[in-house]
Amino acid sequence: MDFLSPTTLAEALEAKAERPEALPIMGGTDVMVEVNFGRRRPAALLDLTKVPELAEWGRDDGVLRVGAGVTYTRVIEELGRLLPGLAIASRTVGSPQIRNRGTVGGNLGSASPAGDAHPPLLAAGAEVEVASARGRRTVPVEEFFIGPKRNVLAPDELVLAFRSRPAAGPEQFCKVGTRNAMVIAVASFSLALDPAERRVGTGIGSAAPTPRRAKEAEAFLEDELAEDDLWGMPRALGPQVVNRFSELVVLAASPIDDVRGTAAYRKHALGVMARRALCWAWDEYQRS
Amino acid sequence: MSTVLSQPWAGERERLGLRGGVGSDAPRPDGILKVKGRFAFSSDLWAEGMIWGATARSPHPRALIAGIDVSEALRLPGVRCVLTQEDVPGRKTYGLEVADQPVLAIDEVRYQGEPIAIVAADDPETARRAAAAVYVGYNVLEPVVDPEEALRTSSDKVHPTGNIVRHLKVRRGDPDATADIVVSGEYEVRMQDQAFLGPESGLAVPAEDGGVDLYVATQWLHVDQDQVAASLGLPAGKVRLSLSGVGGAFGAREDLSLQVHLCMLALRTGRPVKMVYSREESFFGHVHRHPARLRYTHGANRDGKLVYVKAEILLDGGAYMSSSRAVVANAGTLGIGPYEVPNVSMDAYGVYTNNPPCGAMRGFGAVQACFAYESQMDRLAAALGVGPVELRARNAMAEGSVMPTGQVVEGPAPVAELLRRVHSAPLPPALGAAAAATSLPGGAANTTHGEGVARGVGYALGFKNVGFSEGFDDYSTARVSLARAGGRPIATVHTAAAEVGQGLVTVQAQIARTELGTEQVVVETADTQVGSAGSSSASRQTYVTGGAVKAACAEVREVLFERAAQLLGCLPADLVIADEAVVVREGGGFGADRAVPLVELVADGPVERTVQWRHRPTQPVDPETGQGNAHVQYCFAAHRAVVDVDVELGLVKVVEIVTAQDVGKAINPSAVLGQIHGGTAQGLGLALMEEIQVEGGRVKNASFTDYLIPTILDMPPMRVDVLELGDPFAPYGLRGVGEAPTISSTPAIVAAVRAATGRDLTRVPVRPEDIIGEVAS
Amino acid sequence: MRLSLTVNSRPYQAEGVWEGESLLYVLRERLGFWGAKNACEQGECGSCSVVLDGVLVCACLVAAGQAQHSEILTVEGLTPGRSPDDLGPVQRAFLEAGAVQCGFCTPGLIVASHELLRQNPAPTDAQVREALAGNLCRCTGYEKILDAVRLAAAGLEGGPL
Repeated sequence: MDFLSPTTLAEALEAKAERPEALPIMGGTDVMVEVNFGRRRPAALLDLTKVPELAEWGRDDGVLRVGAGVTYTRVIEELGRLLPGLAIASRTVGSPQIRNRGTVGGNLGSASPAGDAHPPLLAAGAEVEVASARGRRTVPVEEFFIGPKRNVLAPDELVLAFRSRPAAGPEQFCKVGTRNAMVIAVASFSLALDPAERRVGTGIGSAAPTPRRAKEAEAFLEDELAEDDLWGMPRALGPQVVNRFSELVVLAASPIDDVRGTAAYRKHALGVMARRALCWAWDEYQRS
Repeated sequence: MSTVLSQPWAGERERLGLRGGVGSDAPRPDGILKVKGRFAFSSDLWAEGMIWGATARSPHPRALIAGIDVSEALRLPGVRCVLTQEDVPGRKTYGLEVADQPVLAIDEVRYQGEPIAIVAADDPETARRAAAAVYVGYNVLEPVVDPEEALRTSSDKVHPTGNIVRHLKVRRGDPDATADIVVSGEYEVRMQDQAFLGPESGLAVPAEDGGVDLYVATQWLHVDQDQVAASLGLPAGKVRLSLSGVGGAFGAREDLSLQVHLCMLALRTGRPVKMVYSREESFFGHVHRHPARLRYTHGANRDGKLVYVKAEILLDGGAYMSSSRAVVANAGTLGIGPYEVPNVSMDAYGVYTNNPPCGAMRGFGAVQACFAYESQMDRLAAALGVGPVELRARNAMAEGSVMPTGQVVEGPAPVAELLRRVHSAPLPPALGAAAAATSLPGGAANTTHGEGVARGVGYALGFKNVGFSEGFDDYSTARVSLARAGGRPIATVHTAAAEVGQGLVTVQAQIARTELGTEQVVVETADTQVGSAGSSSASRQTYVTGGAVKAACAEVREVLFERAAQLLGCLPADLVIADEAVVVREGGGFGADRAVPLVELVADGPVERTVQWRHRPTQPVDPETGQGNAHVQYCFAAHRAVVDVDVELGLVKVVEIVTAQDVGKAINPSAVLGQIHGGTAQGLGLALMEEIQVEGGRVKNASFTDYLIPTILDMPPMRVDVLELGDPFAPYGLRGVGEAPTISSTPAIVAAVRAATGRDLTRVPVRPEDIIGEVAS
Repeated sequence: MRLSLTVNSRPYQAEGVWEGESLLYVLRERLGFWGAKNACEQGECGSCSVVLDGVLVCACLVAAGQAQHSEILTVEGLTPGRSPDDLGPVQRAFLEAGAVQCGFCTPGLIVASHELLRQNPAPTDAQVREALAGNLCRCTGYEKILDAVRLAAAGLEGGPL
């Protein structure tokens, strides 16, 4: 096994182009488990933790650009106000040790349907910046996942960053697990309200082969909010609206039975989370 | 309130207030090394020239072995040998009760993970790859996975002897007794795992005499030695075991895991061999708690007094016997709980299946029964219109009560008092309107801001026998010597008793300090150079090894008093130990000229005595009626649990657990609390999250990712009320501590969840699906 | 490959390190720092917790090469002196509070507690629980571990860690 340790982005992209079979490693919270257990024996590990460009975040014409190497701890501490939904999700990841090493970029790279960062990114309408020696491209998060643990990256590509506008309104994230720490989501739900664009964003986790949006639920709620000018003159949402929204979120999911929970429970839990998250987010909007 | 035992010189001993003696929070002798990271666990062992072992295991729960091909494994560079059952030099099977378990599979495999071949190689990675390269041809068979099916004569036989490993019957009183109110229930306890943190590991070093020195983490050195020697075809004297650091046990180290394997590899290669199981392998490498199905019927009269209990308990023992017969006996004889019931009919069964083998886990059958009988008591209380505490108080056992086995409960049995204490403890405050996230069910996962949260309170009582039962010859051996070193007396204690974290080394030192009056005590490494101490299980070690150490100290003291009596011209009975000297006890004062320093009494050499010490004997029970004095001591505990439940998501936050327990005499109060806290935590795990999920004989969650044990965010604050009521038959009046807290904690928590949700909850661990009931899709 | 790193303020080199090894393996098997423990090798138990360049991590999840030229603090580095009884304040607190039973989780917990108190010398109970949520203990139920951290924090009134 080779250990490749680039110190610039250009070196990293060159290394991946030369050795497409090299396995990128950031926080190691997925990759090292596979290596420790002998499940994967890549010909090379491509260490990205020494590439400073990947560990930066900044604003680029109003859009937040967060490098793939920014850890969950840093998301919580530095981006808590700009990306509140993602910060809540980050706080539910693993443990302090895991959060200190794990990254959103790594989460995207592993593309697990249970990845905690994915629902907030979907709800925020984020994009993934991907690069290779051939150039860069941007992929909307909802197009990034193509199957369980599969994403659109070509063998010579790396995740550079995700891009998202800072939260324009309230965001929420909920995750159900059978223990209070270090637990893989049984189901998770994220919600983002954008009053300026009059947009509702959602993200569902652990309840489908990939993380996904609940588009019909979003469209339904956007219509309801626009129809009664609730954005402009916020008042309480009627229970029928909240319940219908919740139903549509559940309909958007296609969970399975597995060792962590049943499909039926996951659907039920999603419905409860959707209802509650909407109430909290809308409450916050009303008060603001 | 506590009973002070009378001993001839107890008054003087208490007056001396010796530091670090019995009753003090003496610090652990191994504590400094542990906090520095310098304490050697079995996985830290190292020897010059050491090579590594690995194990090839069956992926199938049931199959015939058509053939084993080790040639490819042998070809890997760095591989020293690959061994199968043909290479087992002596007895090819082992077992705690019955030698039914092959060292390496012979012609068939009976559970997923059964060892088939072992490898020795130069590094762990090569050893692992070689084990994976052992090719085994299987004729896969349909596994026997349903214990109720296994009971039937029509079932496939897991072993030729048949599937029923034991049927314990208890019959007492009138089988036709009637009662005003009758409640029945069926309950299920799923498979829990001990999940100790220190993985199975050890080091075997071949010796020049053709024998082997084995350094291993285990619970009972001598029973390991017996089985290893038998399988190696060596006399016991050539198989020398030393206890290395143990990273927790909880029953999982009573059976052999890698002991014989390591010795075989070491003897074959002529090199020291180390093996360390991975966490995944560990889940397959040790026995688990017996899953149980329990059917109970309780009959009581309108005055709330229990009239009868009829019960059937079915324990799934998995592929091999381990200690299943004893687990069945415990579940059955303790199966109606710490209550007075005049009429009892109990049938407890253990069966073989091709599920993972089950054996000892803290609580040992009493855990499963307690969940059932405590659930029943709450049902009965509801049917009678009486509070759950009131019903229990009316029927609680006391000193002099008669067990279903006919055995009279001797010594204090403060069951009602324990219940009263947990009941009267103030309740925690209700959740405020702006409760912090971490106080709510779901915590930082942000699943509720208070919506759907209901609080519930639950109670449970439980008890456990202490020590080995049914006539087992239960003893421990201690060698104690007093010598001089650097001008001061120093006592040395040597036993084979396994320190597994509970604080046994501390207790041994405390007893020597109190009995010999010396502050300096060394507790030597446990090994087989001294007689057996019995198992570190059944909450028995402080009692039995403590008893042995106390008795050996008494014999040493007798010698010292004889010598001193001659020097001082008095009788031994006039003497006591004070300030590291033997002094004449005289109307309250000691004179310096009526004293002989201990160091002088051992000036010519150490005084050493070895004692083999037994508790009072127990008897087997009658095979038809279950009557007999089966147990030597009981330990009783009561729990109260307060939970907040998100009833819409089925998530539970345990708010507080209060425990009351009679420990007889707290030899080390801090360590007693540690045992109660830890046992309660394991009970919480079984109540809410711990289950080895088995389907078709296959384990689906052999990792800490999906076998969930409580984290610090899952454990609530725990309040403990310790009683010391003194068992007149036990050394210092002590009672075994470790298991009782694991027993009634589970049903108390489930009772609290029932109170919060109104759900029946007849299964543990409770899942969110169970709490929310039928889910509309 | 050859690995150069600083452990407990002293420089070390390890030769012949396999590229797939974890930092945990390097520390335990190559450099003689066997205080950090392997109880799961997948970041689920915290027994291998060390501080890497000022941040608490699971050493089992750090590839050896990622620790090149880094500074590591292990439990062995928390003992201030050379005498057998020299103990750091967190170590002393764990002993006094009775928070050590089998001891397998102890090194990881002591490192994690030390890091917590270095960043937050007066944590609330909730903060302590959240900070130690990545460290499993099977023996104590965590009650005396909380006592130990409170005790260590109380002892810090004289100055930070």
